[in-house]
Amino acid sequence: MHYTSSFRQDWLSNIRGDLLAGTVVALALIPEAIAFSIIAGVDPKIGLYASFCIAVVIAFTGGRPGMISAATGAMALVMVTLVKTHGLQYLLAATLLTGVFQIVAGWLRLGVLMRFVSRSVVTGFVNALAILIFMAQLPELTNVSWVVYAMVAAGLGIIYLFPLLTRAVPSPLVCIVVLTGVAMALKLDIHTVGDMGQLPDRLPVFLLPDVPLNLDTLRIITPYALTLAVVGLLESMMTASIVDELTDTASNKSRECAGQGIANIASGLLGGMAGCAMIGQSVINVKSGGRGRLSTLTAGVFLLVLVVFLGEWVRQIPMAALVAVMVMVSIGTFSWESLKNLRKHPPSSSIVMLATVVVVVATHDLAKGVFVGVLLSGLFFAHKVARVLRVDSESADDGKCRAYRVTGQVFFASADTFTASFDFKEVIERVHIDVSRAHFWDITAVNALDKVVMKFRREGATVEVTGLSEASATLVDQFALHDKPDAVERLMDH
Amino acid sequence: MNHVIACVDGAAYTPAVCDCAAWAAQRLAAPLTFLQVLDRHPERAPLSDSPDWSGNIGLGTQETLLQELGALDAQRSKLAQRQGRELLDSVMRRASASGVATVESRQRHGSLVETLLALEPESRLFVLGQHPHAGQAGRLHLDHTVEQVICAVQRPVLVASGGCPAPTHAAIAFDGSPASHQIVEAVACSPLLTGLRCDVVMAGEDSASHREPLEWARARLAVAGFQTQAAIVAGEPETSLPAYLAEHAIDLLVMGAYGHSRIRQLIVGSTTTTLLRTSPVPVLVLR
Repeated sequence: MHYTSSFRQDWLSNIRGDLLAGTVVALALIPEAIAFSIIAGVDPKIGLYASFCIAVVIAFTGGRPGMISAATGAMALVMVTLVKTHGLQYLLAATLLTGVFQIVAGWLRLGVLMRFVSRSVVTGFVNALAILIFMAQLPELTNVSWVVYAMVAAGLGIIYLFPLLTRAVPSPLVCIVVLTGVAMALKLDIHTVGDMGQLPDRLPVFLLPDVPLNLDTLRIITPYALTLAVVGLLESMMTASIVDELTDTASNKSRECAGQGIANIASGLLGGMAGCAMIGQSVINVKSGGRGRLSTLTAGVFLLVLVVFLGEWVRQIPMAALVAVMVMVSIGTFSWESLKNLRKHPPSSSIVMLATVVVVVATHDLAKGVFVGVLLSGLFFAHKVARVLRVDSESADDGKCRAYRVTGQVFFASADTFTASFDFKEVIERVHIDVSRAHFWDITAVNALDKVVMKFRREGATVEVTGLSEASATLVDQFALHDKPDAVERLMDH
Repeated sequence: MNHVIACVDGAAYTPAVCDCAAWAAQRLAAPLTFLQVLDRHPERAPLSDSPDWSGNIGLGTQETLLQELGALDAQRSKLAQRQGRELLDSVMRRASASGVATVESRQRHGSLVETLLALEPESRLFVLGQHPHAGQAGRLHLDHTVEQVICAVQRPVLVASGGCPAPTHAAIAFDGSPASHQIVEAVACSPLLTGLRCDVVMAGEDSASHREPLEWARARLAVAGFQTQAAIVAGEPETSLPAYLAEHAIDLLVMGAYGHSRIRQLIVGSTTTTLLRTSPVPVLVLR
């Protein structure tokens, strides 16, 4: 009963909305898939096959109904060098390996690691992605005639103003149709999609990548596949949580990881590039009323039908129209809120966000940016918690004795502060250190206490430490929560 | 521990559920709790008058969308909550007026089945309503909720239909199986039906092998102080039992829960399902 009811809920609960939203998304996916193929340096058909394949497979294997996955900019940016130096076949092989890594990640439940990626890093990631997508359009906008600028401006105008007229027709589609019509009618001499490489003229066919099966190949593709897997999972997990939030429903992160892997393997075997979830398209899907798996499936199938049967027309689309759509995607992906929040939020979180953006834009590698962001937010957190430490003392017995009382968190980042809080210059006979209201989190903390005790002894004082067993309970890596439900309370209570 | 839980949702059968539940609570001397479940369906997109298929995203689209969807949900939930509250107040008044001592009400989020499973430890009997059109539209129209509840819970379920005056004459659908022996045993021991006329009816051919268990059932009820008679009606239970009910002016049918596997039910349906849908009188389903 559970299976049938979840099947009904995922596939059949929102049929009308899913079909319509899937159609809207398919129309918006075509220009994106073409544009991302061009970013990656491959024929448009590679991205279009990938988008079809990933969308259709993820509809069944994914863990987040209603999320749209296809060929994406984040992934395309990672594969640029591989395509340039080794060619398409190695990209297909890397796509297969990416899928394998992602399935393993799903199997190991690595999706839970997303909790270490803070909100600021996520914001930095999407902002960097938006900037990269925008920058990828620049080659089409430099050293070109004024006609191209006029076309792009007109395209953006249509995209954002046409919805004021009617919201029943996707405005990016209107933009593409109008600009293509104008370019063909006026016989404008500008770049079209046809100039960028081959378009699909038939359904994709199964084929294995034509690469030598040896260690050299593995050595070439593994670093790319690893980065692709990480970037793909990061964007997919982030998009999943955005869709979770928008629709107020839960997703299965591990299933999504493995599903992305299966979709990428399928894509690689049908001659497509690696892809992942798309933030912009998923938002468009939800906005258009898509909620279930059917919306993703519709998007994929409809995309292929359109491309295969309208290939001749797709060839005529001027690049300026695609650029306009991609500028829209980059504007839509960018978090405008985050600029306003730069002043409002604590500087540490703004620095994390900006560092993520800067590293990504400098290296063109989203994984590196996220790594730096996570590292920085960890350091900032340790720094903040380290300030939660106080050492009080009072003198007794005519100054012959002193009682220290330690309250707060002692660990690697606060160990020095802890040591410096004791007055070793004072000549006393007895020292009493009460650590029962402190938490010793690591070996550094215990070591620091040892040092303090030793130093007092060397100055000739007798040292007595109380409450150590309570304070060091936090040292244990496992609090055995499963057999003591009140373990956390007991830990923090003393 | 011993609540009678009556599930109301404002549909046409609500008064019948209310009356049946009040009757059962008084008979069992148990507190009566009215339950209303607010089942939001976030997996379904809200239908909008002006759907947005513009397919574009701009600065702040995501934030605006989140706010819009959140506001829409909040508004609907508030409304549903208030309507539910009013409904609960009205059924509570109705139950109090008919003399039930302790009446409470609860509102819960979630699906009916999961809510009832969560409340099961503190409950003794569930009272539900069958959609009135479920019987007329025949097999194709399934009122899944009632069946799902009956499949899921272990406590007895009283399915109200039509009007529900206090029943005076009950009939036990008996098929000679060990489960139906347990049902007779349960009826004999329970205060719910004490003092009612209670027939034992079996569908099938009139043979000695059928007579024997039926006679046991009749004797068991007679010992427990019921005014009772046993009958065998020819034919399939789906058709012959309703005929018997009508003929003898019986106003409560007692029967066992689903006996078949889930697969078989999906394909051929079960006797329980059919009787539930076609019975003109309230049905008490026992495990």
